[in-house]
Amino acid sequence: MAGKKFTKEHEWVEKSDQSIIVGITEFAQDQLGDIVSIELPKVSSSFKQNDVMVIIDSVKASSDIYCPVDGEIIEINEKLLEHPELINQSPYEEGWIVKIKPSNHEQIDFLLSKEQYDELVGQNKE
Amino acid sequence: MRSPFFKKHLESKAKMVDFHGWEMPLQYSGIIDEHKNVRESVGLFDVSHMGRFKIIGDAESQIQHLITNDISKIGDKQAIYSPMCNENGGIIDDVIVSRINSDEFVIVVNSSNIKKDLDWITENVKSCEIQNVTDDYALLALQGPKAENVLKDAGVEQIEDLKSFHLLETKLYKTDCIISRTGYTGEDGFELFFDSKQLQVWEKLLETGTKYGIKPIGLGARDTLRLEAGLMLYGNDIDETITPLEAPLKWTVKFETEFIGKTALEHKKVERKMRGFEIIEAKRVARKDNKVYDEKEEIGIVTSGSFSPTLGKPIGYCFVPVEYSLERKIKIDIGDKFYDSKLTSTRFYKR
Repeated sequence: MAGKKFTKEHEWVEKSDQSIIVGITEFAQDQLGDIVSIELPKVSSSFKQNDVMVIIDSVKASSDIYCPVDGEIIEINEKLLEHPELINQSPYEEGWIVKIKPSNHEQIDFLLSKEQYDELVGQNKE
Repeated sequence: MRSPFFKKHLESKAKMVDFHGWEMPLQYSGIIDEHKNVRESVGLFDVSHMGRFKIIGDAESQIQHLITNDISKIGDKQAIYSPMCNENGGIIDDVIVSRINSDEFVIVVNSSNIKKDLDWITENVKSCEIQNVTDDYALLALQGPKAENVLKDAGVEQIEDLKSFHLLETKLYKTDCIISRTGYTGEDGFELFFDSKQLQVWEKLLETGTKYGIKPIGLGARDTLRLEAGLMLYGNDIDETITPLEAPLKWTVKFETEFIGKTALEHKKVERKMRGFEIIEAKRVARKDNKVYDEKEEIGIVTSGSFSPTLGKPIGYCFVPVEYSLERKIKIDIGDKFYDSKLTSTRFYKR
């Protein structure tokens, strides 16, 4: 968890060589409840930071997942198409969503640290 | 506002939600898990937020005037489901009227409509005592194929003889209780009215039901259960702009009786009709107010949408022109694009 960065929109980002892995946080999956489907982007499509790149449907709500940095999708977690509940069960491991090749690595440094994110979530919980 | 069982929900680690001003449990173990538990075994719901009125006096003919269904069809200790309409035939609320005896009736209404309904009933029922007993009585629902077993094990005699929409005045764990064989899930089940101070009934039912795998069930699963069963949610599917003939509630309108809104319902041409829908193209879930299209022409609107845990696919209800029949292909705009869907019956699940 130490190497992870976070967004205000409850995505997590983990560096892996020249790419990053993106998922949603434990807090986000808990808020969404049972996830029943996911719309994944196409590999090699490009997004700007804060563009909607993924849509997740849970029983109770639909939720947009934003691209945390500018970049190109290089891999998607296809297992999620059959088993979207992996995001509930294992949001940081098996429930990862996409791998992105960032075009601007500096943007990663400006994302929230774990401490900053925990504080944000603490506030959300009151 | 809080139900008498508020603390029990927190102890059970429920995720709470604001529901029309009531802090109620949205879910405990998870909506899909709770949903399946009710379909396969039994679940316990706190529905103490539903409004309850007692009407004492010579009220039968006046209540008949308020509801579209035929109250003369029920005897003592029976209940009937009905819309209550305004002069235009729009649905003020959908309620369950229970006849305790010829001089005592109980009406259960939606929590969002308590004040409106109380005013409407007071205005239309004269020379009777009308009490809002919402806070005095707890209301729990015990639903699922094993619900009867739980009450039997709890020592309720002759529960197996109680017919659907009939009432039994009995003792439940030594507490005076009215049990009605009614519910909002599409399963067999019961609703239990008793003194709101008798909080132990909640725990005792969970204890007795342990061997059947009973679980507490939140409003999230209550919504998916009722949606599969073709049951209306006031404020989503029906409201004062919608008539029972547009909604799938024609069976509750008895033109041989006299009721407010009858003339309007007799004369108004039904142009739109509620249908069920399934999304075929993807597992995307449509939500209330998503628009319905026939190719590029907008033809209607989604009133409820969710994921059906029983069918494993997205379902919902929508209003479309009356000539759009079942199985007809439509498209639903879920925000990012139009999804191929088809019209179905509103009853997705029959036990």
